[in-house]
Amino acid sequence: MAKDISYDSVNARSNEIIKDAIGVDYTSYESGNIAFDYEKMMSATGYSLEEVTKINRETGVGNTPLIELRNITALARKLSPEGKGARIFVKDEQCNPSGSFKDRRAALSVYQAQKMGYKGVVAATSGNYGAAVASQAAMRNLKCIIVQECYDSRKVGQPEILEKQRKCENLGAEVIQLTVGPELHYTFLRVLEDTGYFNASLYSFFAIGGTETLGYELANQCKETLGRFPDYVIATQAGGGNLTGTARGMIKAGATDTKIYGAAVDLKGLHMASDTDFNRKSFTTGHTGFAVPYATDPDHSDVPRSAARTMRYMDEFLIVKQGEVFYMTEVLASIEGMERGPAGNTSLTAAFALARELDEDQIIVVQETEYTGAGKMPQPQLSFARENGIDVLFGDPEDDVPGKNIILPAHPTMIKARYFDMEKLRKSYIKNSVKHVNATWADEKDIEFLIAETKSNREFVIETLKSLNIEIK
Amino acid sequence: MSTIVKKGEWVQVHNIVLKPEERTGRIPEETKKVPLELWVKGFLNEDAVIGDIVEVTTITGRKASGTLVDVNPVYTHGFGDVFVPELLQVGLQVKRILKGEEK
Repeated sequence: MAKDISYDSVNARSNEIIKDAIGVDYTSYESGNIAFDYEKMMSATGYSLEEVTKINRETGVGNTPLIELRNITALARKLSPEGKGARIFVKDEQCNPSGSFKDRRAALSVYQAQKMGYKGVVAATSGNYGAAVASQAAMRNLKCIIVQECYDSRKVGQPEILEKQRKCENLGAEVIQLTVGPELHYTFLRVLEDTGYFNASLYSFFAIGGTETLGYELANQCKETLGRFPDYVIATQAGGGNLTGTARGMIKAGATDTKIYGAAVDLKGLHMASDTDFNRKSFTTGHTGFAVPYATDPDHSDVPRSAARTMRYMDEFLIVKQGEVFYMTEVLASIEGMERGPAGNTSLTAAFALARELDEDQIIVVQETEYTGAGKMPQPQLSFARENGIDVLFGDPEDDVPGKNIILPAHPTMIKARYFDMEKLRKSYIKNSVKHVNATWADEKDIEFLIAETKSNREFVIETLKSLNIEIK
Repeated sequence: MSTIVKKGEWVQVHNIVLKPEERTGRIPEETKKVPLELWVKGFLNEDAVIGDIVEVTTITGRKASGTLVDVNPVYTHGFGDVFVPELLQVGLQVKRILKGEEK
Protein backbone atom coordinates (compact mmCIF):
# COMPACT_ATOMS: atom_id res chain seq x y z
CA MET A 1 0.00 0.00 0.00
CA ALA A 2 1.32 3.43 -0.90
CA LYS A 3 2.21 5.59 2.09
CA ASP A 4 0.35 8.81 2.80
CA ILE A 5 2.71 11.56 1.71
CA SER A 6 0.73 14.46 3.11
CA TYR A 7 2.63 16.98 5.22
CA ASP A 8 1.07 15.87 8.51
CA SER A 9 1.44 12.13 7.83
CA VAL A 10 5.10 12.36 6.83
CA ASN A 11 5.90 14.50 9.88
CA ALA A 12 4.05 12.02 12.08
CA ARG A 13 6.36 9.28 10.77
CA SER A 14 9.46 11.43 11.43
CA ASN A 15 10.94 9.34 14.26
CA GLU A 16 10.46 6.11 12.34
CA ILE A 17 12.00 7.57 9.16
CA ILE A 18 15.00 8.97 11.06
CA LYS A 19 15.51 5.67 12.87
CA ASP A 20 15.61 3.76 9.58
CA ALA A 21 17.89 6.36 8.06
CA ILE A 22 20.53 6.39 10.77
CA GLY A 23 20.29 2.83 12.06
CA VAL A 24 19.98 3.88 15.71
CA ASP A 25 17.04 4.06 18.08
CA TYR A 26 17.45 7.24 20.07
CA THR A 27 14.88 6.24 22.69
CA SER A 28 17.53 4.11 24.42
CA TYR A 29 19.32 7.31 25.57
CA GLU A 30 16.24 8.86 27.14
CA SER A 31 15.56 8.87 30.88
CA GLY A 32 11.88 9.67 30.50
CA ASN A 33 12.35 13.15 31.92
CA ILE A 34 14.73 16.10 31.29
CA ALA A 35 17.97 14.10 31.32
CA PHE A 36 19.27 11.93 28.52
CA ASP A 37 22.53 10.00 28.42
CA TYR A 38 24.71 12.20 26.22
CA GLU A 39 27.94 10.26 26.66
CA LYS A 40 26.20 6.95 25.93
CA MET A 41 24.86 8.48 22.73
CA MET A 42 28.31 9.82 21.80
CA SER A 43 29.83 6.38 22.26
CA ALA A 44 27.27 4.91 19.83
CA THR A 45 29.65 5.59 16.94
CA GLY A 46 31.46 2.52 18.24
CA TYR A 47 34.83 4.04 17.31
CA SER A 48 37.66 5.39 19.42
CA LEU A 49 39.16 8.75 18.47
CA GLU A 50 42.15 6.89 17.07
CA GLU A 51 39.85 4.87 14.80
CA VAL A 52 37.95 7.99 13.78
CA THR A 53 41.24 9.64 12.84
CA LYS A 54 42.15 6.60 10.74
CA ILE A 55 38.77 6.66 8.98
CA ASN A 56 39.17 10.38 8.27
CA ARG A 57 42.65 9.87 6.85
CA GLU A 58 41.37 7.21 4.43
CA THR A 59 39.65 10.00 2.53
CA GLY A 60 42.31 12.65 3.04
CA VAL A 61 40.53 14.43 5.88
CA GLY A 62 42.45 16.20 8.64
CA ASN A 63 46.09 16.84 9.38
CA THR A 64 45.65 20.47 8.36
CA PRO A 65 48.36 23.02 9.13
CA LEU A 66 48.35 25.40 12.09
CA ILE A 67 49.56 28.76 10.81
CA GLU A 68 50.69 31.74 12.87
CA LEU A 69 49.16 35.00 11.65
CA ARG A 70 52.25 37.10 12.33
CA ASN A 71 51.15 40.26 10.59
CA ILE A 72 47.70 40.24 12.16
CA THR A 73 49.33 39.72 15.56
CA ALA A 74 51.72 42.59 14.79
CA LEU A 75 48.74 44.76 13.82
CA ALA A 76 46.97 43.93 17.08
CA ARG A 77 50.13 44.86 19.03
CA LYS A 78 50.51 48.18 17.18
CA LEU A 79 47.00 49.01 18.35
CA SER A 80 47.33 47.80 21.95
CA PRO A 81 48.97 49.09 25.12
CA GLU A 82 52.57 47.95 25.74
CA GLY A 83 52.73 44.22 26.50
CA LYS A 84 49.29 43.46 25.10
CA GLY A 85 48.50 41.60 21.88
CA ALA A 86 48.22 37.81 22.04
CA ARG A 87 49.62 35.56 19.31
CA ILE A 88 46.94 34.50 16.83
CA PHE A 89 47.07 31.17 15.00
CA VAL A 90 44.67 29.66 12.52
CA LYS A 91 43.96 26.04 11.71
CA ASP A 92 43.81 26.01 7.93
CA GLU A 93 40.85 23.71 7.52
CA GLN A 94 40.39 24.68 3.89
CA CYS A 95 43.10 22.06 3.22
CA ASN A 96 40.48 19.33 3.67
CA PRO A 97 39.31 17.70 0.41
CA SER A 98 36.14 19.75 -0.04
CA GLY A 99 37.60 22.89 1.49
CA SER A 100 36.31 23.11 5.04
CA PHE A 101 36.27 21.39 8.44
CA LYS A 102 32.91 19.96 7.40
CA ASP A 103 34.76 17.01 5.85
CA ARG A 104 35.49 15.87 9.40
CA ARG A 105 31.81 16.16 10.16
CA ALA A 106 30.80 14.14 7.10
CA ALA A 107 33.52 11.48 7.02
CA LEU A 108 32.23 9.18 9.72
CA SER A 109 28.60 9.31 8.57
CA VAL A 110 29.49 8.42 5.02
CA TYR A 111 31.86 5.68 6.20
CA GLN A 112 29.08 4.28 8.39
CA ALA A 113 26.53 4.49 5.57
CA GLN A 114 28.85 2.50 3.32
CA LYS A 115 29.61 -0.04 6.02
CA MET A 116 25.92 -0.59 6.76
CA GLY A 117 25.14 -1.12 3.09
CA TYR A 118 23.17 2.04 2.37
CA LYS A 119 23.23 2.98 -1.32
CA GLY A 120 23.44 6.68 -0.69
CA VAL A 121 23.43 9.55 1.77
CA VAL A 122 21.14 12.54 2.22
CA ALA A 123 21.87 15.77 4.07
CA ALA A 124 19.82 18.89 4.68
CA THR A 125 22.21 21.83 4.45
CA SER A 126 22.81 25.10 2.61
CA GLY A 127 26.40 25.27 3.77
CA ASN A 128 29.81 23.71 3.20
CA TYR A 129 28.49 20.53 4.74
CA GLY A 130 26.75 19.68 1.46
CA ALA A 131 30.03 19.71 -0.43
CA ALA A 132 31.66 17.70 2.35
CA VAL A 133 29.02 14.95 2.19
CA ALA A 134 29.13 14.98 -1.61
CA SER A 135 32.92 14.71 -1.57
CA GLN A 136 32.98 11.86 0.96
CA ALA A 137 30.20 10.07 -0.92
CA ALA A 138 32.14 10.40 -4.18
CA MET A 139 35.18 8.79 -2.56
CA ARG A 140 33.13 5.99 -1.05
CA ASN A 141 31.09 5.32 -4.20
CA LEU A 142 27.77 6.27 -2.67
CA LYS A 143 25.02 8.38 -4.13
CA CYS A 144 24.36 11.75 -2.55
CA ILE A 145 21.37 14.05 -2.33
CA ILE A 146 21.58 17.48 -0.70
CA VAL A 147 18.41 19.31 0.30
CA GLN A 148 19.10 23.01 0.33
CA GLU A 149 17.22 26.13 1.40
CA CYS A 150 18.32 28.30 -1.44
CA TYR A 151 15.96 30.93 -2.81
CA ASP A 152 13.43 33.54 -1.83
CA SER A 153 10.04 33.62 -3.56
CA ARG A 154 11.60 35.61 -6.47
CA LYS A 155 14.03 32.70 -7.04
CA VAL A 156 16.87 34.96 -5.96
CA GLY A 157 19.59 33.13 -4.07
CA GLN A 158 22.41 34.31 -1.82
CA PRO A 159 25.58 33.99 -3.96
CA GLU A 160 27.29 32.00 -1.21
CA ILE A 161 24.52 29.39 -1.21
CA LEU A 162 24.51 29.25 -5.01
CA GLU A 163 28.24 28.53 -4.92
CA LYS A 164 27.69 25.73 -2.45
CA GLN A 165 25.02 24.29 -4.72
CA ARG A 166 27.41 24.41 -7.69
CA LYS A 167 30.10 22.67 -5.70
CA CYS A 168 27.77 19.87 -4.57
CA GLU A 169 26.70 19.30 -8.18
CA ASN A 170 30.27 19.29 -9.37
CA LEU A 171 31.06 16.60 -6.81
CA GLY A 172 28.27 14.47 -8.24
CA ALA A 173 25.44 15.20 -5.85
CA GLU A 174 21.81 15.84 -6.69
CA VAL A 175 20.73 19.13 -5.17
CA ILE A 176 17.10 19.72 -4.30
CA GLN A 177 16.64 23.46 -3.99
CA LEU A 178 13.86 24.99 -1.93
CA THR A 179 12.53 28.39 -1.04
CA VAL A 180 12.77 29.67 2.53
CA GLY A 181 11.03 27.84 5.33
CA PRO A 182 11.39 25.19 8.03
CA GLU A 183 9.13 22.84 6.06
CA LEU A 184 12.31 21.82 4.26
CA HIS A 185 12.30 19.06 6.85
CA TYR A 186 9.20 17.56 5.18
CA THR A 187 10.96 17.36 1.80
CA PHE A 188 14.03 15.95 3.55
CA LEU A 189 11.96 13.21 5.22
CA ARG A 190 10.26 12.36 1.94
CA VAL A 191 13.62 11.98 0.21
CA LEU A 192 14.89 9.73 3.03
CA GLU A 193 11.76 7.61 2.84
CA ASP A 194 11.70 7.38 -0.96
CA THR A 195 15.37 6.54 -1.39
CA GLY A 196 16.11 4.56 1.77
CA TYR A 197 19.42 6.43 1.96
CA PHE A 198 21.37 7.21 5.12
CA ASN A 199 20.69 10.46 7.00
CA ALA A 200 24.10 12.13 7.13
CA SER A 201 22.82 14.55 9.73
CA LEU A 202 24.97 17.48 10.80
CA TYR A 203 23.85 16.80 14.35
CA SER A 204 24.33 13.07 14.81
CA PHE A 205 27.02 11.57 17.04
CA PHE A 206 28.84 10.51 13.87
CA ALA A 207 29.11 14.16 12.80
CA ILE A 208 30.33 15.43 16.16
CA GLY A 209 32.52 12.38 16.76
CA GLY A 210 34.27 13.09 13.46
CA THR A 211 34.82 16.72 14.42
CA GLU A 212 36.59 15.76 17.65
CA THR A 213 39.68 15.13 15.51
CA LEU A 214 39.89 18.89 14.88
CA GLY A 215 40.29 19.79 18.55
CA TYR A 216 42.56 16.85 19.21
CA GLU A 217 44.90 17.76 16.33
CA LEU A 218 44.89 21.42 17.21
CA ALA A 219 45.79 20.80 20.85
CA ASN A 220 48.64 18.46 19.91
CA GLN A 221 49.98 20.78 17.22
CA CYS A 222 50.17 23.59 19.76
CA LYS A 223 51.87 21.34 22.26
CA GLU A 224 54.44 20.14 19.73
CA THR A 225 55.29 23.48 18.15
CA LEU A 226 54.72 25.91 21.02
CA GLY A 227 55.38 23.64 23.97
CA ARG A 228 51.91 24.07 25.45
CA PHE A 229 48.21 24.02 24.78
CA PRO A 230 46.57 27.24 23.58
CA ASP A 231 45.00 29.62 26.09
CA TYR A 232 41.96 30.29 23.93
CA VAL A 233 40.27 28.55 21.03
CA ILE A 234 37.61 30.47 19.15
CA ALA A 235 35.03 28.67 17.02
CA THR A 236 32.46 30.28 14.78
CA GLN A 237 29.13 29.30 16.23
CA ALA A 238 26.02 28.29 14.27
CA GLY A 239 24.51 24.85 14.90
CA GLY A 240 27.13 24.23 17.56
CA GLY A 241 28.80 21.14 16.09
CA ASN A 242 32.02 22.93 15.29
CA LEU A 243 32.49 24.17 18.84
CA THR A 244 31.25 20.96 20.47
CA GLY A 245 33.42 18.61 18.41
CA THR A 246 36.48 20.82 18.80
CA ALA A 247 36.02 21.19 22.56
CA ARG A 248 35.54 17.44 23.04
CA GLY A 249 38.68 16.73 21.03
CA MET A 250 40.66 19.29 23.06
CA ILE A 251 39.54 17.61 26.29
CA LYS A 252 40.52 14.18 24.90
CA ALA A 253 43.99 15.61 24.18
CA GLY A 254 44.23 16.79 27.78
CA ALA A 255 43.80 20.50 27.04
CA THR A 256 41.26 20.98 29.80
CA ASP A 257 42.40 24.48 30.79
CA THR A 258 41.97 26.03 27.34
CA LYS A 259 39.07 28.47 27.22
CA ILE A 260 36.58 27.68 24.47
CA TYR A 261 34.89 30.74 23.03
CA GLY A 262 32.14 30.86 20.44
CA ALA A 263 31.82 33.75 18.00
CA ALA A 264 28.92 34.86 15.84
CA VAL A 265 27.88 37.78 13.69
CA ASP A 266 25.12 39.94 15.09
CA LEU A 267 22.08 39.60 12.82
CA LYS A 268 19.60 40.83 15.38
CA GLY A 269 16.24 41.71 13.87
CA LEU A 270 16.44 39.44 10.83
CA HIS A 271 14.11 36.44 10.94
CA MET A 272 15.65 33.23 9.66
CA ALA A 273 12.42 31.95 8.10
CA SER A 274 11.45 35.24 6.51
CA ASP A 275 11.06 35.32 2.75
CA THR A 276 11.93 39.02 2.66
CA ASP A 277 14.83 38.94 5.17
CA PHE A 278 16.43 35.93 3.47
CA ASN A 279 18.49 37.93 0.99
CA ARG A 280 19.11 40.83 3.34
CA LYS A 281 21.49 38.56 5.25
CA SER A 282 25.09 38.90 4.15
CA PHE A 283 26.03 35.92 6.28
CA THR A 284 24.45 32.56 5.58
CA THR A 285 25.84 31.00 8.76
CA GLY A 286 27.92 31.77 11.85
CA HIS A 287 25.39 34.39 12.89
CA THR A 288 23.20 34.93 15.94
CA GLY A 289 20.09 33.80 14.04
CA PHE A 290 21.40 30.23 14.18
CA ALA A 291 23.87 30.44 17.03
CA VAL A 292 21.46 31.51 19.77
CA PRO A 293 18.55 29.14 19.01
CA TYR A 294 20.87 26.16 18.54
CA ALA A 295 22.80 26.90 21.74
CA THR A 296 19.66 27.31 23.82
CA ASP A 297 17.49 24.69 22.10
CA PRO A 298 19.76 22.12 20.44
CA ASP A 299 17.08 19.45 20.09
CA HIS A 300 15.19 20.95 17.17
CA SER A 301 17.41 19.53 14.42
CA ASP A 302 16.97 16.55 12.10
CA VAL A 303 17.79 13.97 14.79
CA PRO A 304 15.86 13.39 18.05
CA ARG A 305 18.81 14.46 20.21
CA SER A 306 21.53 16.69 18.83
CA ALA A 307 25.11 15.71 19.55
CA ALA A 308 26.08 19.38 19.15
CA ARG A 309 25.66 20.83 22.63
CA THR A 310 27.32 24.21 22.75
CA MET A 311 26.40 25.16 26.30
CA ARG A 312 28.31 22.17 27.71
CA TYR A 313 31.58 23.56 26.40
CA MET A 314 31.36 27.28 25.62
CA ASP A 315 33.04 29.56 28.19
CA GLU A 316 32.13 32.86 26.53
CA PHE A 317 30.19 33.89 23.45
CA LEU A 318 31.61 36.81 21.48
CA ILE A 319 29.49 38.87 19.12
CA VAL A 320 30.98 40.73 16.16
CA LYS A 321 29.39 42.96 13.55
CA GLN A 322 28.96 42.29 9.83
CA GLY A 323 31.32 45.02 8.62
CA GLU A 324 34.02 43.95 11.06
CA VAL A 325 34.09 40.46 9.53
CA PHE A 326 34.31 41.79 5.98
CA TYR A 327 37.13 44.07 7.13
CA MET A 328 39.08 41.21 8.74
CA THR A 329 38.52 39.02 5.67
CA GLU A 330 40.27 41.70 3.64
CA VAL A 331 43.01 41.99 6.27
CA LEU A 332 43.63 38.24 6.10
CA ALA A 333 44.02 38.47 2.34
CA SER A 334 46.08 41.66 2.21
CA ILE A 335 48.62 41.12 4.99
CA GLU A 336 48.59 37.36 5.48
CA GLY A 337 48.17 36.42 1.83
CA MET A 338 45.30 34.07 2.61
CA GLU A 339 41.99 34.25 0.76
CA ARG A 340 39.60 32.39 3.02
CA GLY A 341 36.12 32.41 4.39
CA PRO A 342 33.67 33.71 5.21
CA ALA A 343 32.85 31.33 8.10
CA GLY A 344 36.16 31.13 9.97
CA ASN A 345 36.65 34.86 9.66
CA THR A 346 33.93 35.49 12.21
CA SER A 347 36.10 33.86 14.86
CA LEU A 348 39.18 35.57 13.40
CA THR A 349 37.47 38.93 13.95
CA ALA A 350 36.67 38.01 17.54
CA ALA A 351 40.26 36.76 17.99
CA PHE A 352 41.69 40.05 16.75
CA ALA A 353 39.60 42.02 19.25
CA LEU A 354 40.36 39.57 22.06
CA ALA A 355 44.11 39.59 21.30
CA ARG A 356 44.23 43.31 22.07
CA GLU A 357 42.90 42.65 25.59
CA LEU A 358 45.37 39.84 26.36
CA ASP A 359 49.07 39.70 27.20
CA GLU A 360 51.61 39.06 24.42
CA ASP A 361 52.48 35.58 25.68
CA GLN A 362 48.90 34.34 25.36
CA ILE A 363 47.94 32.05 22.48
CA ILE A 364 44.64 32.24 20.60
CA VAL A 365 43.70 29.68 17.97
CA VAL A 366 41.07 30.38 15.35
CA GLN A 367 40.10 26.80 14.68
CA GLU A 368 38.98 26.91 11.04
CA THR A 369 39.22 28.48 7.62
CA GLU A 370 37.15 27.57 4.59
CA TYR A 371 37.76 27.72 0.84
CA THR A 372 36.56 30.86 -0.84
CA GLY A 373 35.93 32.15 -4.36
CA ALA A 374 32.93 33.04 -6.48
CA GLY A 375 29.91 33.99 -4.40
CA LYS A 376 31.75 33.70 -1.10
CA MET A 377 34.21 36.59 -1.06
CA PRO A 378 33.52 40.12 0.23
CA GLN A 379 33.24 41.48 -3.35
CA PRO A 380 30.25 39.33 -4.38
CA GLN A 381 28.74 39.46 -0.90
CA LEU A 382 28.83 43.24 -0.62
CA SER A 383 27.86 43.66 -4.26
CA PHE A 384 24.80 41.50 -3.58
CA ALA A 385 24.05 43.46 -0.40
CA ARG A 386 24.11 46.75 -2.34
CA GLU A 387 21.80 45.29 -5.01
CA ASN A 388 19.38 44.32 -2.23
CA GLY A 389 19.28 47.85 -0.88
CA ILE A 390 21.79 47.49 1.96
CA ASP A 391 24.03 50.52 2.56
CA VAL A 392 27.73 49.65 2.66
CA LEU A 393 29.91 52.35 4.19
CA PHE A 394 32.84 53.12 6.48
CA GLY A 395 31.94 54.22 9.99
CA ASP A 396 31.45 52.90 13.49
CA PRO A 397 30.34 49.23 13.47
CA GLU A 398 28.23 49.98 16.56
CA ASP A 399 25.82 51.75 14.18
CA ASP A 400 25.32 48.51 12.23
CA VAL A 401 21.67 47.59 11.62
CA PRO A 402 21.36 44.10 10.06
CA GLY A 403 19.27 44.19 6.90
CA LYS A 404 19.75 47.95 6.53
CA ASN A 405 23.48 48.62 6.48
CA ILE A 406 26.93 47.10 6.73
CA ILE A 407 29.48 49.34 8.38
CA LEU A 408 33.12 48.67 7.67
CA PRO A 409 35.12 49.95 10.63
CA ALA A 410 36.77 53.29 9.84
CA HIS A 411 39.72 52.04 11.92
CA PRO A 412 40.65 48.53 13.13
CA THR A 413 40.52 49.68 16.78
CA MET A 414 36.74 49.88 16.32
CA ILE A 415 36.59 46.08 15.99
CA LYS A 416 35.16 44.80 19.25
CA ALA A 417 34.36 41.47 20.85
CA ARG A 418 31.08 41.94 22.66
CA TYR A 419 30.44 39.45 25.46
CA PHE A 420 26.99 37.89 25.22
CA ASP A 421 25.16 37.31 28.51
CA MET A 422 25.97 33.64 29.22
CA GLU A 423 23.58 33.47 32.15
CA LYS A 424 20.73 34.44 29.86
CA LEU A 425 21.74 31.68 27.44
CA ARG A 426 21.96 29.12 30.26
CA LYS A 427 18.55 30.05 31.62
CA SER A 428 17.03 29.90 28.18
CA TYR A 429 18.62 26.48 27.62
CA ILE A 430 17.13 25.13 30.87
CA LYS A 431 13.72 26.53 29.98
CA ASN A 432 13.82 24.83 26.58
CA SER A 433 15.03 21.49 27.93
CA VAL A 434 12.15 21.47 30.40
CA LYS A 435 9.72 22.34 27.62
CA HIS A 436 11.19 19.68 25.33
CA VAL A 437 9.77 16.91 27.53
CA ASN A 438 6.99 18.98 29.17
CA ALA A 439 8.60 18.33 32.55
CA THR A 440 6.82 19.25 35.78
CA TRP A 441 9.52 17.92 38.10
CA ALA A 442 13.26 17.29 38.20
CA ASP A 443 15.23 14.74 40.19
CA GLU A 444 18.93 14.39 40.97
CA LYS A 445 19.64 12.87 37.56
CA ASP A 446 18.02 15.82 35.79
CA ILE A 447 19.87 18.34 37.95
CA GLU A 448 23.22 16.71 37.28
CA PHE A 449 22.41 16.59 33.59
CA LEU A 450 21.54 20.30 33.52
CA ILE A 451 24.69 21.25 35.45
CA ALA A 452 26.76 19.46 32.80
CA GLU A 453 24.68 20.81 29.93
CA THR A 454 25.04 24.42 31.04
CA LYS A 455 28.59 24.22 32.48
CA SER A 456 27.16 25.83 35.59
CA ASN A 457 26.47 24.77 39.17
CA ARG A 458 23.78 23.17 41.30
CA GLU A 459 22.59 26.40 42.86
CA PHE A 460 22.05 28.05 39.47
CA VAL A 461 20.23 25.03 38.02
CA ILE A 462 17.93 24.58 41.02
CA GLU A 463 17.16 28.29 41.18
CA THR A 464 16.33 28.38 37.47
CA LEU A 465 14.16 25.26 37.70
CA LYS A 466 12.26 26.74 40.65
CA SER A 467 11.65 29.94 38.70
CA LEU A 468 10.03 27.73 36.05
CA ASN A 469 7.75 26.17 38.71
CA ILE A 470 9.49 22.81 38.41
CA GLU A 471 9.16 20.61 41.46
CA ILE A 472 12.56 19.45 42.78
CA LYS A 473 12.42 15.81 43.89
CA MET B 1 6.33 29.19 -30.93
CA SER B 2 7.72 26.88 -28.32
CA THR B 3 10.95 25.07 -29.01
CA ILE B 4 10.99 21.34 -28.44
CA VAL B 5 13.29 20.24 -25.65
CA LYS B 6 14.64 16.83 -26.56
CA LYS B 7 14.58 13.72 -24.43
CA GLY B 8 17.93 13.37 -22.65
CA GLU B 9 18.61 17.09 -22.33
CA TRP B 10 19.75 18.45 -18.95
CA VAL B 11 16.87 20.48 -17.54
CA GLN B 12 15.41 21.97 -14.38
CA VAL B 13 11.90 21.28 -13.13
CA HIS B 14 9.83 23.18 -10.59
CA ASN B 15 7.21 22.12 -8.05
CA ILE B 16 5.01 23.70 -5.45
CA VAL B 17 5.61 21.60 -2.32
CA LEU B 18 3.14 23.47 -0.11
CA LYS B 19 0.57 26.08 -1.11
CA PRO B 20 0.44 29.19 1.10
CA GLU B 21 -2.58 27.83 2.98
CA GLU B 22 -0.75 24.55 3.66
CA ARG B 23 2.29 26.15 5.29
CA THR B 24 3.19 25.68 8.92
CA GLY B 25 1.93 28.21 11.43
CA ARG B 26 5.35 28.91 12.93
CA ILE B 27 6.71 31.17 10.20
CA PRO B 28 6.60 34.93 9.55
CA GLU B 29 3.57 36.34 7.70
CA GLU B 30 5.56 37.22 4.57
CA THR B 31 6.67 33.58 4.24
CA LYS B 32 3.16 32.27 4.90
CA LYS B 33 1.88 34.31 1.95
CA VAL B 34 4.07 32.47 -0.55
CA PRO B 35 4.26 28.79 -1.48
CA LEU B 36 7.14 26.47 -0.58
CA GLU B 37 8.77 25.87 -3.96
CA LEU B 38 11.25 23.23 -5.13
CA TRP B 39 13.62 22.97 -8.08
CA VAL B 40 15.63 19.96 -9.16
CA LYS B 41 17.72 19.14 -12.23
CA GLY B 42 17.79 16.01 -14.34
CA PHE B 43 17.82 14.47 -17.81
CA LEU B 44 14.47 14.89 -19.55
CA ASN B 45 12.67 11.57 -20.03
CA GLU B 46 10.45 12.59 -23.02
CA ASP B 47 10.45 15.46 -25.54
CA ALA B 48 8.59 18.48 -24.15
CA VAL B 49 8.30 22.25 -24.25
CA ILE B 50 8.93 24.76 -21.46
CA GLY B 51 5.93 24.85 -19.16
CA ASP B 52 4.98 21.18 -19.64
CA ILE B 53 4.68 18.82 -16.71
CA VAL B 54 7.53 16.40 -17.31
CA GLU B 55 9.52 13.61 -15.71
CA VAL B 56 13.30 13.72 -15.34
CA THR B 57 15.96 11.30 -14.19
CA THR B 58 18.22 13.08 -11.72
CA ILE B 59 21.98 12.62 -11.51
CA THR B 60 21.47 10.00 -8.78
CA GLY B 61 19.03 8.08 -11.00
CA ARG B 62 15.93 9.20 -9.13
CA LYS B 63 12.75 9.98 -11.11
CA ALA B 64 11.25 13.39 -10.38
CA SER B 65 8.47 15.31 -12.03
CA GLY B 66 7.51 18.95 -12.24
CA THR B 67 7.06 21.88 -14.58
CA LEU B 68 9.85 22.23 -17.11
CA VAL B 69 11.42 25.64 -16.46
CA ASP B 70 14.97 25.64 -17.82
CA VAL B 71 17.32 23.83 -20.19
CA ASN B 72 21.04 23.57 -19.43
CA PRO B 73 20.67 25.88 -16.43
CA VAL B 74 23.75 28.03 -15.87
CA TYR B 75 25.41 29.11 -12.65
CA THR B 76 24.79 32.82 -12.31
CA HIS B 77 26.81 33.69 -9.23
CA GLY B 78 30.27 35.17 -9.56
CA PHE B 79 32.18 38.08 -8.06
CA GLY B 80 29.32 40.53 -8.01
CA ASP B 81 27.69 42.78 -10.59
CA VAL B 82 28.99 45.97 -9.02
CA PHE B 83 32.55 46.44 -7.81
CA VAL B 84 32.85 47.55 -4.18
CA PRO B 85 35.89 49.87 -4.14
CA GLU B 86 35.73 50.44 -0.38
CA LEU B 87 37.34 47.03 0.11
CA LEU B 88 40.56 48.31 -1.49
CA GLN B 89 41.01 50.75 1.39
CA VAL B 90 41.21 48.06 4.05
CA GLY B 91 44.52 46.55 2.98
CA LEU B 92 46.04 49.97 2.40
CA GLN B 93 45.01 51.15 5.86
CA VAL B 94 46.39 48.18 7.80
CA LYS B 95 49.66 48.33 5.84
CA ARG B 96 50.04 52.01 6.79
CA ILE B 97 49.44 51.10 10.44
CA LEU B 98 52.01 48.29 10.33
CA LYS B 99 54.58 50.68 8.81
CA GLY B 100 53.86 53.28 11.48
CA GLU B 101 52.51 55.77 8.93
CA GLU B 102 49.10 55.82 10.59
CA LYS B 103 48.15 55.40 14.23
